[in-house]
Amino acid sequence: MTPLVELEQAYAKAKKNPVFRRRLNHLLASYAGRPTPLTFAGRLTQQLGGAKIFLKREDLCHTGAHKINNTLGQGLLAQEMGKPRLVAETGAGQHGVATATIAALLGLDCEVYMGEEDIERQALNVLRMKLLGAKVTPVASGSRTLKDAMNEALRDWVTNVRTTYYLIGSTAGPHPYPMMVRDFQSVIGQETKRQIRAVERSLPDLLIACVGGGSNSLGLFSPFLSDHDVRMVGVEAGGLGLASGQHGAPLNAGSPGVLHGSYSYLLQDADGQVMAAHSISAGLDYPGVGPEHSWLKEQGRVEYVSITDEEALEAFQLLARMEGIMPALESAHAIAYAAKIAPKLPRNQKMIVCLSGRGDKDLQVVSQALERRGSGFGVRSESD
Amino acid sequence: MSRIDQIFSRLRAKGERALVAYFTAGDPSVEVTEKVVCAAVENGADLIELGFPFSDPLADGPVIQRASQRALQHGMNFERLIRLIELLRARVQAPLVVMTYVNPILRRGGGVIAKDLVQAGLDGLIIPDLPPDESGELGKALRQSGLDLIYLAAPTSSPERLRLIARRSQGFIYLVSLTGVTGARDQLPPDLIQHLRDLRAVTKKPICVGFGISTPEHARVVGEWADGVVVGSAIVRLIEEHASSPDLIRRVGHFIQSLKAPLESRGSGSGARGSQNTKSDPGPRTPDPGPPTP
Repeated sequence: MTPLVELEQAYAKAKKNPVFRRRLNHLLASYAGRPTPLTFAGRLTQQLGGAKIFLKREDLCHTGAHKINNTLGQGLLAQEMGKPRLVAETGAGQHGVATATIAALLGLDCEVYMGEEDIERQALNVLRMKLLGAKVTPVASGSRTLKDAMNEALRDWVTNVRTTYYLIGSTAGPHPYPMMVRDFQSVIGQETKRQIRAVERSLPDLLIACVGGGSNSLGLFSPFLSDHDVRMVGVEAGGLGLASGQHGAPLNAGSPGVLHGSYSYLLQDADGQVMAAHSISAGLDYPGVGPEHSWLKEQGRVEYVSITDEEALEAFQLLARMEGIMPALESAHAIAYAAKIAPKLPRNQKMIVCLSGRGDKDLQVVSQALERRGSGFGVRSESD
Repeated sequence: MSRIDQIFSRLRAKGERALVAYFTAGDPSVEVTEKVVCAAVENGADLIELGFPFSDPLADGPVIQRASQRALQHGMNFERLIRLIELLRARVQAPLVVMTYVNPILRRGGGVIAKDLVQAGLDGLIIPDLPPDESGELGKALRQSGLDLIYLAAPTSSPERLRLIARRSQGFIYLVSLTGVTGARDQLPPDLIQHLRDLRAVTKKPICVGFGISTPEHARVVGEWADGVVVGSAIVRLIEEHASSPDLIRRVGHFIQSLKAPLESRGSGSGARGSQNTKSDPGPRTPDPGPPTP
């Protein structure tokens, strides 16, 4: 508890410190490449024949996903707190890469925990982390995915707490992490609000984002929460379908419980044992979800739906062909839901989809999935 | 006075320290756990801590993680835990304490499962991810069930937190010897004695030290200052290595004996090993509290 209290105090202090804020804003602009554009998806809109679709282009951030917004903020905080070493967990590897990146930028040591299963399916990101100077430690316990990587990172932190900063990548974990990560990610929504007002002279009607732990979605949603006319939809990983039990959709098909220090919806059995999640996208392969999402669900402020692996794969190809953008498989879940609902909405409505990351890291997974379906391009990677 | 309070006052009167022996319940099976626990009590364990396995045991190192996974794979659940406690309660007098994480308890209705456990004969509960200041309604329900709720103090706990933990903890206070997870270590942390003194300065309640304690020598050193020691991973590893050996029970019994020997009452000097309960020795038992160190 003591380290969490110290962290909370350090964050409260940093938030009010103009020098800290200036440094962060400077790096967000000059290093991460912010603001990211808001792109009107013209051909996709035309093809679907309904609401106008805009994409918030977090895929264009340095390292290829929104994760850098948070790692810059927390990296600077670690420095303020005088911690020379960072540990992090990663699922898809995007957060691991973003952490390794800022560790290199700020001259900090970095160790990233990653489930063995994720190491296999995200080999390219493992290489990136190593090239950035981080140590990547495989986690063989439990389901060998994100939740187990988080267990191991937490164990490292409690062991080395005096020298180490634990840089959590999502709006999950114990307080103050969910709040802090949301705050650092809310730059997404703040920019979006300015940008949509500039082009459309009004607020959007609908926001859509994928939800694993929930950081890109809360980043987009939180600046709009008090705009009551803006509808919001969080898209969870439906995996092989909710009925199959093989999914990553605790808000749709879980129950409240405690995992990693927060009380939130969870995939668990009758004895409270946490069940393995399943998703084609490693970043959504998490049996829990950030506690603020659970609260927003219970308030009825945000609606939560799910999209299957198959649908996400379709959306991945759809966006590539219609807009020349390959989304991360995580973000493809949001695209899939947008494609589902856009035709049902009037043409004068505007929806914004958070394109949380780019799809390069997923090419092998996509290629294998298409091969299995017999609709591949005959492209086999050497390692198969 | 709870069964845990009784054992500590009895041991204190004799100048003896408690050996708390940890077993992962259901590893490799409920039947084996029952046998090794009985052997442990016969050979000198004063309190038994049963780990109810959780899928995500954050406070545990690799040995107990593996044991938890094995137990779950072999179908360990609350119904079997209750049966195990009933069986043990019929056979041993020693207090029985369950260590588990907050989610399984919460999922089974908090106070509801606690009542079933009490009825089966359980005495206390240790939940490392339930801090005293955040236990709220759940903590209240657990206390009302009649279980002793044992809280953990860490080397990083501030004096203020130590006081809170000492005030809320029932039965005894579990002092975590180091920053880190469970698991045998070669050396005791150098600052352990200081942490023990800091905690002793704010409470008269029994203090047991756990995490990393794995040898009779560790037990001897810690026993100078604490009311008891908790040994977990070293015992669980013994079970892991010899689970299918006909020798298992004897080995566990022997190991328990070796851990308990240096905790038995000391006459004068260091001739404690092997000596039976002689007269009491307040000795360094309760060092002068003195002012709490900042």
